[in-house]
This record gives sequence, C-alpha cells and structure tokens, in this order.
Amino acid sequence: MDLAQGGPATALGVPSIDVAAVLPLLIVFTAGAVGVLLEAVLPRNQRWPAQVALSLTSVVGAGVALAVYVTGDFESTTTFRAEEASSGALAVDTPALFLWGTLLVLGLLALLLIADRSVEPGGAFVSKAALRGGAAGGTDTLTKEQTFTGMQTEVFPLTLFALGGMMTFCAANDLLTMFIALEVLSLPLYLMCGLARRRRLISQEAAVKYFLLGAFASAFFLYGLGLLYGYAGSVKLADIAVAAQGTDRSDTLLFAGLGLLAIGLLFKGSVGPFHTWTPDVYQGAPTPVTAFMAACTKVAAFGGLLRVLTVSFESTSWEWRSVLSVVAVVSMAIGAILGLTQRDVKRMIAYSSIAHAGFLVVGAMALTEDGLSATLFYLLAYGFTTLAAFGVVSLVRDSSGEATDLSAWAGLAKRSPLVAATFTVLLLALAGIPLTSGFVGKFAVFEAALSDGMAPLVVIALVASAIAAFYYLRVVVLMYFSEPAPDGPAVTVPGVFTTTAIAVGTIATLVLGIVPTFALDWASAGGFVF
Amino acid sequence: MPDTATAASGLGTYLPLVLLLLLSFGFAVFSVTIAPLVGPKRYNRQKLQPYECGIEPSPQPVAGGGRIPVKFYLTGMLFILFDIEMVFLYPYAVAADAVGMFGFIAVTIFIVAITIPYVYEWARGGLEWD
Repeated sequence: MDLAQGGPATALGVPSIDVAAVLPLLIVFTAGAVGVLLEAVLPRNQRWPAQVALSLTSVVGAGVALAVYVTGDFESTTTFRAEEASSGALAVDTPALFLWGTLLVLGLLALLLIADRSVEPGGAFVSKAALRGGAAGGTDTLTKEQTFTGMQTEVFPLTLFALGGMMTFCAANDLLTMFIALEVLSLPLYLMCGLARRRRLISQEAAVKYFLLGAFASAFFLYGLGLLYGYAGSVKLADIAVAAQGTDRSDTLLFAGLGLLAIGLLFKGSVGPFHTWTPDVYQGAPTPVTAFMAACTKVAAFGGLLRVLTVSFESTSWEWRSVLSVVAVVSMAIGAILGLTQRDVKRMIAYSSIAHAGFLVVGAMALTEDGLSATLFYLLAYGFTTLAAFGVVSLVRDSSGEATDLSAWAGLAKRSPLVAATFTVLLLALAGIPLTSGFVGKFAVFEAALSDGMAPLVVIALVASAIAAFYYLRVVVLMYFSEPAPDGPAVTVPGVFTTTAIAVGTIATLVLGIVPTFALDWASAGGFVF
Repeated sequence: MPDTATAASGLGTYLPLVLLLLLSFGFAVFSVTIAPLVGPKRYNRQKLQPYECGIEPSPQPVAGGGRIPVKFYLTGMLFILFDIEMVFLYPYAVAADAVGMFGFIAVTIFIVAITIPYVYEWARGGLEWD
C-alpha cells in the first residue's frame, strides 16, 4: 500500500546468494544461453565446431568449479535465502554436490556421444530431409558442405539447459523450485527426443508420447504440491516436515499430496507402474539422446526423490513405506519379466532401466545414511554403465541405420571382438555380476535395505535380478555362440568422441566394481541440509 | 482499507470480489444480448470467423492436407514471450525503489534472458511470413 501511494518504500531484503556454491549451475545455464545466441548469429558451417567447443568447455568448467568448491573448505549450506527465511531455495549439501558431479561427468560423456558425426553421416540429428538413408541413396547430389553441416546443432544448448535443470532439481530445497527445475529439464528432453525425425519417424512419435505423458505427470506433481501447501502452509521441504511432525491436522492432505508428488517424481525416474513411456521413448529417441536421458534423468529424478523423502517425510515413513514397497516390487517385476520378451536391444535396456529403478526405490526407501550413500553410488555406477551401453548400440549398424533387432547381434564377437567384449562387460554390470560396479551398487543398496528391516523386499529384488540376468546373458550367448547372419550389420569404427565416451563408461564400470571404496566414501560424506 | 467495518467481519473481506464477479457476469450477459439488437448487420467473410481473424479451424484448409501453417504458432509463441515479460515488468515497475539494486540486476538478467530467444527467432527467419 505504501508503494502505491508513493510513501516511504519498505525495502525488501536482498536474498543471500553464495555464488561460489552455485557457480557450476551458473556456468551451465549461461553456456546454454550463449549457445542459443551462437545458433542465431553464426553461419551454418561454423555452428558445429563452436557449439561443441562451447558445450564441452562449459561442462568441464562447471566440473572444475565444482571440484574447486568441494576441495576447498566448504560447508553444506542452503543458498538463495531470503533475508528472514530459515533456509534458501537451493541446498548445496554433500548429496547435492555428489549428484552434481555425477551429472556433469555423465553429461560430458553424453555430449561426446551427441557430438559424434563419424558413425552416421551428418550425425544423428540431421537437419535436412535429403540426408535420409545416409549413404544408401541420394547423398551423391549433396555437396560436401551440406553433408558436413547437416547436423541440427540446437541439440547442444538443449542438452545444457536439460543438464542445468537436472542439477537444480537435485538441489531444490522447496517444491516450487523443484517444479521449475522439473520443467527446465523436461522441455529440452521432449525436443531432443524428436530431433532425429528427419531420419526416423519413430523419433517424432517418441517425442509426442514423452511430451504428452510428461506434461500429465507434471500436472500430478503440481497437484501434489498444491495439496502439500494446503497442509503445511509452505512449499519448503523443511516446513512440510515440521508441519507433519507436531500437529493434529488430518493427514489426508499430507498423504494425498505426497502420493501425487511421488507420481510426478517416479514418472521421471521411469519406475513402474509409471514406466509406460520408457520403452517407446528409449527406442524412438536418437541413441545419444537416449543415453543422456537414461543416465542423467534417472540421477536427477532419484536425487529429487531422495531429498523429498528424507527431508520432508522421514517422520511419517512408516505410513507410506508399504505403498512405495508395492511400487518397487511392481517396477522390478515389470522390468525383469517384460524385458525377457523384448526383441530390440534399446527396448531391452529400457526394461532393464525399469528394473533398476525398482532397486533404486528400495534404496531410497531406507531412510538411513547407508541407504542414501548406497543409492547415490548406485546412480553413479548405473549412469556410467547404461551410457556406455547405448554408445555401443549406436555402433552396430546396417544399411538402414542402427541395427537394434537382437537377431542382428548374433555372432557379433566373430566380427568385432572388442565391441562384443565391451558390451559383455556392460551387460554383466547391468546384471550385477561381481567385479563390476553393478554388483557393488546392488550389494550396497540391498545391505542398507536389510539393515532397515526390509528383508522381504530384498528377497524379491534378488529374484528379480536373477530373472533379469537371464536376458542380459542371452545377449552375451547370442554374440559369442551364434553364427553371424550372412547379411548382418557392420560395426562402425567410431570416431574419437564416441570411443572416449564408451571407454570412460566401461572403465568406470570396472573401476567402481573393483575398487569402489573411494566413490562410496564420497557418497557417504554427509547428509541433506535444509 | 483493511480496518473498515466490513473487513472486520471475516467474510466481508471478499465482498468486493463477489461484487466484481456479479458485475462481470452481468456485463457479459448484457453485451451478448444487446449486441445483436442494436448493432449493424453487415456480414462478410471475415465477420464469420471466430475472433474475426486468424486461421480457420473448420472446415480444414485444403492446402497442405488439412494442416495449419506453423507460422501462426511462431507468432503466437512470440506473443506469449512478450506477454510474460510484461506481466513481470509491471510489478517491478511499481516496486522498483523497494527492491533496489538487486531487483534492477535481477530484472536486467530476466530481460536479457527473454531477449535471447527473440534474437534467435528473428535471426533464423521466424518472423518472415513468406
């Protein structure tokens, strides 16, 4: 009122912002914005080098900023805090920093896969319909320049925006920030799924499905947010926890809110029964984008879920835990059993990701320090493995593009022993065989769940792992003990970008399986602050 | 305003809101009934379209296999861009002296961030109709 009447202005407080803590976020978002400008001002043939240089340097730069902050004398804190508020909008605590590091490394590898143009003429994101079919037809009419610059370079700023959204999502300390971050990470992903539509129409189908279902899930999240605000009178995670502890209010709003909120989060993490988009989108999206989605979105979604459950709903855990157990069982069962019937490699890995999401829910439900660190480690390990696996999938090609049908993979070891061996290591890691990161991750998660009194769930999880191991091993058997088809696919010799991404992912899978202690120590360095 | 007698009696605070609701409803009914009675009736092709402008959603346009040109949506998105910018700039303009330098920097960043997609659309030909 004072303001409207021109009276003395009551100055609003300036929120405190810890720039050093959020520098990685700022770098990624600024680079995304600069990338959009580059798209606008640069001529066509300079866009690819400029965008690759910008996005790779910015992600590395953000990683360096993160490393400097972490090795310095840092304290877990919240920032973007209004003057009189108890906590800020972003929590830069040890789990958030661990997840940021995970996201930046995985994002960098995914960017390498996206930037590669050696396995497919013009890259996976062709901007001209004329390039459809690659070398099979029509290319002789193209000039060298058209082939060279055929890539739709918008994918780089989009990736950076999605990455920034994921990082914000992991650190969001109130539900509104979390929702905004959810949209910032989702909208670029919808677009990226459709970027191969000039080459394969199924890419467009994937984008539409993901967009419609994703918007639906966001609406659930928002509804849950509204109900929780009605219950607690605040969107802050810590305030919801306080409200849930000491009141005689009806719990209806609280649990209805949590349920709807959880649906939004579980959808993003592709946890069954909210998984229906996963196989179609993983199959349809360009393979580098699928790699990015499978690795990074899962990290972000479970980072957010962990924070919400631990900070806001720890005191009521005995009421919702049984519900979430059912979700975990359903997810593991769907992933393990439906995965058996898949004939397509990308769909098979998609169902595997649904099963893994079930294991992750088991870890996230154990609201102990062990549960937190085990889940964080699992996310790191799974991210590396699945990213490298999709990298390998992009190499096996026939004249019509990627040969993702399992029959085409028969006898691959005879044609290309190295690729087959790499893929075998990754499949064994997904199955959770010892000496791979998958084993350590599963072991840590199941141990944490056992010590928190979830023995029945662990038994079911072990059965599900055993069933899922069958379809991973089936591919290994197919690659090694089958005769190659006479007109089978060729294995493209990848360029340096894809080679690096696959090599780093595979080596990390082995290192985290053989000497996991250092990463487990990082993951258990501290808990959430709020 | 807050300390009047009506405001003190709980729900009385909402009286202006109810009045506004009644007023807008009455205005809508009045406009819809009075317009056909007193207005001139000179029909033409444009007049028969919804909003008297824009794309005809029905029957489907023959050209392009029943598709609606994407150009309309590019312009529409641009409108939303500036619409949202305005929505945020109004409260800032009213409270500019209260939020001080921090507010100024925040709004500057906001304007820059919103200008970037505009530059992109302009440079990449989104504003060229044909």
